[in-house]
Amino acid sequence: MKVTMRVDGADVAAEIDRPGESLLATLRDRLGRTGSKNACEQGECGSCTVLLDGAPVCSCLVATAQCEGRDVKTVVGAVPRPVRDAFVQCGAVQCGFCTPGLLVSVADLLGRNGDPSDLDIREALAGNLCRCTGYEKIIDAVHTAAAGLAGEPR
Amino acid sequence: MTAAAPARFDFHRPAAVAEAVRLLAEHPEAVPVAGGTDLMVAVNYRLTRPEAMLDLTGLDELRDWTDEGDTVRIGSGVPYARITAELAAVLPGLAAAARTVGSPQIRSRGTIGGNLATASPAGDAHPPLLATGASVEIASTEGVRHVPIGEFYLGPKRSALRPGELITAVTVPKAAGPQQFLKVGTRNAMVIAVCSFALALDPETRRLGTGIGSAGPVPLTAPDAEAVELPWSDPGRFDDALADEFGRRVAAAARPIDDVRGTADYRRHALAVCAARALRRVWTAAHERNPR
Repeated sequence: MKVTMRVDGADVAAEIDRPGESLLATLRDRLGRTGSKNACEQGECGSCTVLLDGAPVCSCLVATAQCEGRDVKTVVGAVPRPVRDAFVQCGAVQCGFCTPGLLVSVADLLGRNGDPSDLDIREALAGNLCRCTGYEKIIDAVHTAAAGLAGEPR
Repeated sequence: MTAAAPARFDFHRPAAVAEAVRLLAEHPEAVPVAGGTDLMVAVNYRLTRPEAMLDLTGLDELRDWTDEGDTVRIGSGVPYARITAELAAVLPGLAAAARTVGSPQIRSRGTIGGNLATASPAGDAHPPLLATGASVEIASTEGVRHVPIGEFYLGPKRSALRPGELITAVTVPKAAGPQQFLKVGTRNAMVIAVCSFALALDPETRRLGTGIGSAGPVPLTAPDAEAVELPWSDPGRFDDALADEFGRRVAAAARPIDDVRGTADYRRHALAVCAARALRRVWTAAHERNPR
């Protein structure tokens, strides 16, 4: 079965061979787009987070066949530069495995709320697990990214 | 060594409910999928390998809610994120419960119809639906039927939904007064409830509605607790002893077991605490709103 969708701005087609194939599997194994990470495959960890028609979702829980004609943005296409830079600057990346998912969730949050409080950030990132940083530096990075985006002409 | 798997399978994408129920009747092997937050976990863990699926996300009829006067009809495909964002004023109990589901990623996808169809005793939508006396709308090629929420849950992950049927909506009475939803877990996100409790107070009819989650084979109500006598003519007489009595009656209505998330004893204790707290909160809110 052929599924066509838009991924990070490009029209792509994938041939899948079972109805339950996940969007994450298709992105990584068929399309070679390995930015979204595979960890828990049960929607717990958020490392596979992508924007599906603009909404943050775990790509491991989306059936690829549900994505016909839809818009998918991974860490490659969803994240403004200041968000990435802030993660590096603030030491919010250690092993880095959770980082792509976190960046997508942060991009989604800052798209809705340009100046989030710590509580807003914690609620928005509750579905992204990081076992290295202890989260404090990630929260610093979100504030830094928010300031960076606010200072950037759009 | 593995032979090439036959690449033949069906993925049905109906555009209308009538087409969906017809496809379901013709292809009973097709597994309906909406947000996928339950089904895809089972697929990823090889617990199920559907040879055919029926995608509900293309059914616009299921993806909106409508104001019906005294009630709100919520299409079964409305995700939790929208219930939280759009229905908090009219359905505060359900909106509060929806906000505790999983994470933002899960709430973007997970639907109220999926919560009902899975019928886990721990599903977060169930207690507020029970407390408010909601009704489940179910369609098949035979037509549409409505099942009162109290008759919907039949056992752990078993419901009144029959083969060939689709949940199309749930109709929830608008809040007539303060409502509460409390959930016990190890953190505020990504938690399957250890136990949960919903309470709805209607100051006009002087009625309480209750719903207990994750503390029995099915979501339960607590009729004895709903019958507790409240000091309507002299609200100031409401005290902790009364709240505690309410909590005891709620705990007595639960039928919990020991499992990985908690013991039966802990669940009964936590329910008593949550129920007493919920009653204090709704009583206070009702009498701040309508000073007598």
